[in-house]
Amino acid sequence: MKNEEHDKVKKEGTENNEHSQGLTRRSFLTTIGAGAVTLAVSDKIHATPAADAEMIERGEMTKVVLHINGRKYRLLVEPRWSLLYVLREQLGLTGTKVGCERGECGSCTVLIDDVPRYACITLAVEAERAKITTLEGLMKGEELGPVQQAFVEQDAMQCGYCTPGQIMAVEGLLRKNPHPSTEEIRNGMSGNLCRCGAYKHIINAAKRAAELKRP
Amino acid sequence: MNKDDKELYFAQNVPMPETPLPAGGVKPWQRTKVVGKPLPRVDAYERVSGKAVYPSDVVLADMLYAAILRCPHANAVVTYVDTKEAENMTGVRAVLTGASTEADILWPWSADVKTKLFDAQCRFEGETVAAVAAETLYQAWDAVRAIKVKYEVLPFVSDERKSLDAGAAQVHKTSNKIKSDKYERGDVTKGFAEADVVLEQTYRNECEIHTPQELHGGVVKWDGESLTIWESTQGVFAVQARVAEILHLPLSRVRVIGHYMGGGFGSKLQPDKSTIIAALLAKKTARPVKMVLSREETFVAVGNRPPGTMKLKAGVKKDGTLTALEFSGIGSSGAYPAGGTALMDWLVRDLYLCPNVRTETTDVYINAGPARPFRAPGHPQGAWALEQMIDSLAEAIKMDPVDLRLKNIPLFSQARLGNPPYTTTGLRECLEKGAATFGWSDARKKTAETPPSDHIRRGVGMASALWFAGGGNPPSMVIVKLFSDGSANLNMGASDIGTGTKTVMAMIVAEELGVNPDALQIENADTGTTQYATPSGGSKTIPTEAPAVRAAALSVKQQLFDLAAQDLKANAADLELIGDEVVYATDPSKKIKISSVTGLKKRGEIVGVGYRGPNPEGKVVNPFAAQFCEVEVNMRTGEVKIIRFLATHDSGRVMNRLTFDNHVFGGIIMGIGFGMTEARVLDKNQTGKMVNKSWHEYKVPTMLDVPADITSLPIELPDNEANIAGAKGLGEPVTIPTAAAIANAVYHATGIRVHETPMSPVRLVKMFAEANK
Repeated sequence: MKNEEHDKVKKEGTENNEHSQGLTRRSFLTTIGAGAVTLAVSDKIHATPAADAEMIERGEMTKVVLHINGRKYRLLVEPRWSLLYVLREQLGLTGTKVGCERGECGSCTVLIDDVPRYACITLAVEAERAKITTLEGLMKGEELGPVQQAFVEQDAMQCGYCTPGQIMAVEGLLRKNPHPSTEEIRNGMSGNLCRCGAYKHIINAAKRAAELKRP
Repeated sequence: MNKDDKELYFAQNVPMPETPLPAGGVKPWQRTKVVGKPLPRVDAYERVSGKAVYPSDVVLADMLYAAILRCPHANAVVTYVDTKEAENMTGVRAVLTGASTEADILWPWSADVKTKLFDAQCRFEGETVAAVAAETLYQAWDAVRAIKVKYEVLPFVSDERKSLDAGAAQVHKTSNKIKSDKYERGDVTKGFAEADVVLEQTYRNECEIHTPQELHGGVVKWDGESLTIWESTQGVFAVQARVAEILHLPLSRVRVIGHYMGGGFGSKLQPDKSTIIAALLAKKTARPVKMVLSREETFVAVGNRPPGTMKLKAGVKKDGTLTALEFSGIGSSGAYPAGGTALMDWLVRDLYLCPNVRTETTDVYINAGPARPFRAPGHPQGAWALEQMIDSLAEAIKMDPVDLRLKNIPLFSQARLGNPPYTTTGLRECLEKGAATFGWSDARKKTAETPPSDHIRRGVGMASALWFAGGGNPPSMVIVKLFSDGSANLNMGASDIGTGTKTVMAMIVAEELGVNPDALQIENADTGTTQYATPSGGSKTIPTEAPAVRAAALSVKQQLFDLAAQDLKANAADLELIGDEVVYATDPSKKIKISSVTGLKKRGEIVGVGYRGPNPEGKVVNPFAAQFCEVEVNMRTGEVKIIRFLATHDSGRVMNRLTFDNHVFGGIIMGIGFGMTEARVLDKNQTGKMVNKSWHEYKVPTMLDVPADITSLPIELPDNEANIAGAKGLGEPVTIPTAAAIANAVYHATGIRVHETPMSPVRLVKMFAEANK
């Protein structure tokens, strides 16, 4: 096929695509269409580009080192790739689910430095140097972590698709607040939609998880 | 089987197999050891650990990503498509448009209405125009955006109430009227003449979108002439049948796998066009293709609960006898025939005793995405009208709304030919036990007499329901295998859509064979390895599959006894299973461990096949329900806070109390969304486009929008006449009366009757202001 050559080069991270226009990384971010992405990086957009801003071509790969579940991954990514896309489609860590890709539902919630974040509106390059924890990272080998165990016991799921995000949100909540009240749980979990409506059991699970986590 | 059942829920226009009759003589369970207990899900570990592979999780070597270019206009003709730039872009491997010969395929919207896969005539926003497969998802979308399309934008109609007006845009060449259905019994004129009170009111429900958490789609892969599809679906066999039909493949060449799926609520009962498109892209590129729709696409292109406008006139005597009900409803399938008014009048026809009933429903075209069945099609809409009307009638004759309902409980289905009786009718128990547990009478007095403050008012409301199906049907065939060490395998075709199907079925095997439900290996929802099952939906999965699973387990048990009888030198009929031992009933010292049974060791395994028997002749199996709630309304802001909810449900035997309750809560929450927050908003004046196709702007309930205090109170009436598991459906009835119960509570609190969904603060504040004028 026509683009075979380009693709081969791309994988080594030095693609030169005649269709792409030269863009700095920052102006690239301002021109990308997805609202969610611009939202995620709005702080950076308003910053003044440094004089020696690195030039980057569209589709060009950039090196990134991600720390996920205690492991270090050296990757080549497109700067526009979301952390979610890298986790699921590049690394096969599909415990993190895709629900909306624009920060609406929380199915992709992961912990970044212990704080629940939407992986769909976090760029992979943004997450460099941070400690990323996904659902898989809560496991102790083949054993469930306390929040996962609580979700099993309390039947805090139906179809189970939002469940990984719910678990990560509870994990993040409990890391910050080990003894949340019902109201604190409801507030803390309100960024995670569950269309099946398992909320009541999720509240029960959050309470049970707090118990299980106590030494 | 009821004709409507088939049209709604099962693979339409696809022949359904008939399973053989099961062995007779099975007695209902008297006491159960496992069934009914609150057991966590057998697949909970997989779901919470991330090990469960949902179709959207599938990542195959050498896999491409697909994306679809969809029409951005409510009504338009594609006049020009230029894919040159897109085809030359990095990573792009295939582009399909209406001009592609391989895409010259007809897509059946209904039995009669078909259009090309990429048809030039786009009758709704979101219709497919072209598709791309590329190395990454980002490249696929880059290419979609690079395709140049010219549209001739046409006039549109987006309000179903104006669809039949003179001068309204024509969605098709024919009239915008799809069909009218009429029903009549008795004489409504006479009925209204006999009434002491006659009320008439128009109600409306906005269009609701399913938006299950997992996006529609999956992964497709060709191996020569064989196609494997991992699809997020409620019914793998329905997808298999449709794909085989459209691509002219033998069924044996289409394998559909859906071990896990992230919610459907009816929108994934049928295969989607995108699966066919993915298969074509995969064929063209000779690579596996992942096609998962974007969230935005799921708002416009894969179904909805249609909007409806319902006029209801009702007559009642002072003693609470209903004398006549007259209903006319208009709803919309969208741009193609899709059951836009299906069952919206069913509750008016059948929920309460009433000799004189007339209904008429009219389904019309509008330029919007076609409807799909949505959790209890027609019923929440009908309940929104009927259950508010009953509340109004009760007030008019100064009768308690619970008493008025109790006065009119039918023991047979009036709307079906020959008035067949129900196997069980738990409506009375639902109402009585619900009212008692909720403290209905006291709460009604107390909340009305003592408002918390001038602008905060409290009220209580209730509503009841039945679901016209929910009894399940054949066909279903299930295989249970007992291994030589006493562990077992369950093989069934049904999908577990989140209702806990696998868990309940495992509990049935455990009940009969004594195995630990957790230790059971389950193979399900795979057309290559499991038996035919109808899609999971319509609250029929448990009553359909549970009897077949029980029959299969009983067959295994019988064979085991036959083999053990040889070891024990006893009569097989005198044996029973206690724990992991086969025991001689009259002399318990005579026993043998399952793993020691000689015949089983020799053979290695016992295979039991179970069939779903027919439903009882001349009877109807329906679940019943009543829900009660208390609300607090802020008269200044229009906010409604739901303080508590109680749901009483007669769904026959409770198979697993934990998943049962979870399901009840979920149905109520979805009902809260339907009644209070959810509405598709079409820009009806300027573009016809949906303006809120995101979860930011289309509001489904969050944890903050639902009460923490919800109680599930099952009315357990094992329905042994219905089937050998004694279970009826639950998934639909739990969401039917909810919105109407809330509306009745809001009325009780404020004296304002809200006839239209959603009961949003904006709407309520406006209504309060008008009432104060």
